[in-house]
Amino acid sequence: MLSYTIRRLLGAIPTLLILIGVAFFLIRAAPGGPFDRERSLLPEIEANLNAAYHLDEPLYQQFGRYLWGLLHFDFGPSFQYRDYTVTELIVQGFPVSLTLGSIAIVVALLVGISAGSIAALKQNSRWDHGVMALSMTGISIPNFVMAPLLVLVFAVNLRWLPAGGLGDGSLRNLVLPVTALALPQIAYLARLTRGSMIEVLRSNFVRTARAQGLPTWQVIVRHALKPALLPVVSYLGPATAHVITGSVVIEQIFSRPGLGRFFVTGALNRDYTLVMGVVVFYGVLIIVFNFLVDLAYAWLDPKVRYR
Amino acid sequence: MSKHYGVLAMLAASLVAGCGGAGAGGAGEPQAQIGGASGTELAELQVLRVGNGAELQTLDPHHAEDTASFNVQMNLYEGLVAEAANGDLVPGVAKDWTISEDGKTYVFNMRPEARWSNGDPLTAEDFVYSFRRGVDPKTLSVYSYILTPLLHADDITAGKRPVEDLGVRAIDEHTLEIKLANPTPYFLGLLSHSMSTPVHRATLEAHGEQWTRPGNLVGNGAFKLDEWVVQSHVKVVRNPYYWDNANTKLEEVYFYATEDQNAELQRFRALELDMTEIIPSAQINFLRENYAKELVVAPYLGSYYYGFNVTRPPFKDNPKLRRALSLAVNRDVITKQILNVGQISSYGFVPPITGYTQQNMVEASWTQEQREAEAKKLYAEAGYGPDKQLRTQIMYNTQEDHRRIAVAIQQMWKQVLGVEAEILNQEWKVFIDTRNRKVDTQVYRQGWIGDYNDPFTYLELMRSTAGQNDTGYNNPEYDRLVAASQSAAEPHARMELLQEAERQLLADMPLMPLYIYVRPRMVQPWVGGYESNIMDHHRHKYTYILKH
Repeated sequence: MLSYTIRRLLGAIPTLLILIGVAFFLIRAAPGGPFDRERSLLPEIEANLNAAYHLDEPLYQQFGRYLWGLLHFDFGPSFQYRDYTVTELIVQGFPVSLTLGSIAIVVALLVGISAGSIAALKQNSRWDHGVMALSMTGISIPNFVMAPLLVLVFAVNLRWLPAGGLGDGSLRNLVLPVTALALPQIAYLARLTRGSMIEVLRSNFVRTARAQGLPTWQVIVRHALKPALLPVVSYLGPATAHVITGSVVIEQIFSRPGLGRFFVTGALNRDYTLVMGVVVFYGVLIIVFNFLVDLAYAWLDPKVRYR
Repeated sequence: MSKHYGVLAMLAASLVAGCGGAGAGGAGEPQAQIGGASGTELAELQVLRVGNGAELQTLDPHHAEDTASFNVQMNLYEGLVAEAANGDLVPGVAKDWTISEDGKTYVFNMRPEARWSNGDPLTAEDFVYSFRRGVDPKTLSVYSYILTPLLHADDITAGKRPVEDLGVRAIDEHTLEIKLANPTPYFLGLLSHSMSTPVHRATLEAHGEQWTRPGNLVGNGAFKLDEWVVQSHVKVVRNPYYWDNANTKLEEVYFYATEDQNAELQRFRALELDMTEIIPSAQINFLRENYAKELVVAPYLGSYYYGFNVTRPPFKDNPKLRRALSLAVNRDVITKQILNVGQISSYGFVPPITGYTQQNMVEASWTQEQREAEAKKLYAEAGYGPDKQLRTQIMYNTQEDHRRIAVAIQQMWKQVLGVEAEILNQEWKVFIDTRNRKVDTQVYRQGWIGDYNDPFTYLELMRSTAGQNDTGYNNPEYDRLVAASQSAAEPHARMELLQEAERQLLADMPLMPLYIYVRPRMVQPWVGGYESNIMDHHRHKYTYILKH
């Protein structure tokens, strides 16, 4: 198990390096630069700006400088938000995305897995059809339709909840964005759980457990649920990384100052350092979560552990 | 966000926003009690919540280049000259000033009671330091051209002279002298710009790059910085040291980052915002019907036009063709049917500016039929016709309204002249890069919001050497007229020269004017002291909240 863990960790390093390299050169390959303006800058100012941000150096040297900075957790200054460094922006934005995302994932897990299990246990019943119909709707209505609808009904018309922003930081401000973010996940998780649960319930070891006369709840909770969650877990890794690094759409619609919007504004403004910063950060998170998923697999499925 | 995804998102958002009805929102509620019995009674809580568009880029006045930053900065800092609620220039830190005969030397008498937000006295030396910082190439100021009129400013920015040579001098603690390179009648207007506001030297030296953070920033405006959460909001509070603090009514102003126009509107409808930055233009009819009282549409110092690349065929040396294309466009269809927010059809480059006689293409007074007939004639004279149609390309930056206008113009050209135009969109940074290279562009979309209330902010753009002249227009006569206007001391003669320059421009037609911008926004009925103005500058020392 230990050597497995170490191997996985070492394997992550080249992945990360490739990611950094590709992102670094791709964003610079895009036409237009961070200091291109509708009104071109005075040549002296432009030269000074390029020098200040080291854009006048050869690319390989910039790349080396960037990697060196990364080793010291220094993502460099933001070109667009000139009063901040990228590290500061990530430190400010990430907790906002993390709070929203982790609540949404927990809600999605609780509701999604329960609903999926119920549907599987009462297969082809009214319960099952109800859950599946709802989850189909949940999957097919995208965020950017659901979120404004929620705002319109609960904020504009009923005035029960705020339409957006951090407000005073209380939970009230989280209800709508969490709902909008969790709904598609709930739907997907419910379908996933139902599918694998049905399969597991038909498998030989469950039949054996039943034949031995174990009570139904014990069969389900102790024997069926764990293997049934395998596909859920593998879905959960990237999904969690995605959700907690911030959903662009949700953050935009609910005006939440998370990390997600930096992807878009950074790329549009050719804010090289900001784009790189969020890409690297996101990349590390994905790698970490995939790693956790692998560990969880090993725990859930003995076959993985002994391989 | 992929293209299709974006379109879908917009569609969905407009569907959703459109189907709401007034609901509990503004229009349906009784609003008779606003301002109490007298109608002018103030609310107990003097807090203003403003939608401020995209996240601001900086609170350093010498680094700012975006409206979001300017909007906040004009409340944190004040120059020698300031603006009234209606945009008129009024004394700021300077209580009065004298201008020499030749228009090149200004002497400002500063208010001795003026202070920084930390209580330090504000002196002429502070302004000397700040102006020098503004033109210093080491400051990396994108907007340094605002200070170009100052004596030797250009040479200093180009690194040819030390900053100490700048034509700014403290005569005594509260008297400042500014020398200009040329008489610049709009100079007072430049003094209200962020680039001309003072920065607090001790703070900059103590905190370096971090000086604009809450807790560090020291300003001299009616408000001082309290909070700044990137992408969420900037909160400013009353500055008790401000010289006119007795007249400030608001205690706090929140500037919210509202990048998404639909989301901003919903927050306004949910009463979370007192005013918005803008409205989603697709919502205009819904808002006219349901929020007539809150919707405020005001003229804006902005000109929307199409440029022709005159450095390459087919538009090179072909003014007749350019004119034909310009005349074939029915501007009223664009302003009244496509945009329909109140934009003004335009046949001139410079928007209406006080003291300047607006210039128009000679055909402006004709009917559209006459213009189209003339267009056909010119098109034929330029050597085109049914057997040799012009094939060209309209390029615009990706945005829904720009697309709709491009499609309309493509159709008009096709119907009136038979021109085969394809339309192509590019993302903003790619677009300005392409445009600037003048190789792949033929006809392209451009717009310009004036930096200050003077025709020069427009006419200088089309000089052959100007960084923004992406048409490649190069007429020595035009350059001469614009240059002559800079040294003309007599305001009337100067305006005449500028008007002549614009007439020349419109005769050569390197660009075709389309419309004058308007600024639509939502303002709650209890916001008092708010006035629309052509620059869309709002200093909230004048704003207050009525009882409601």
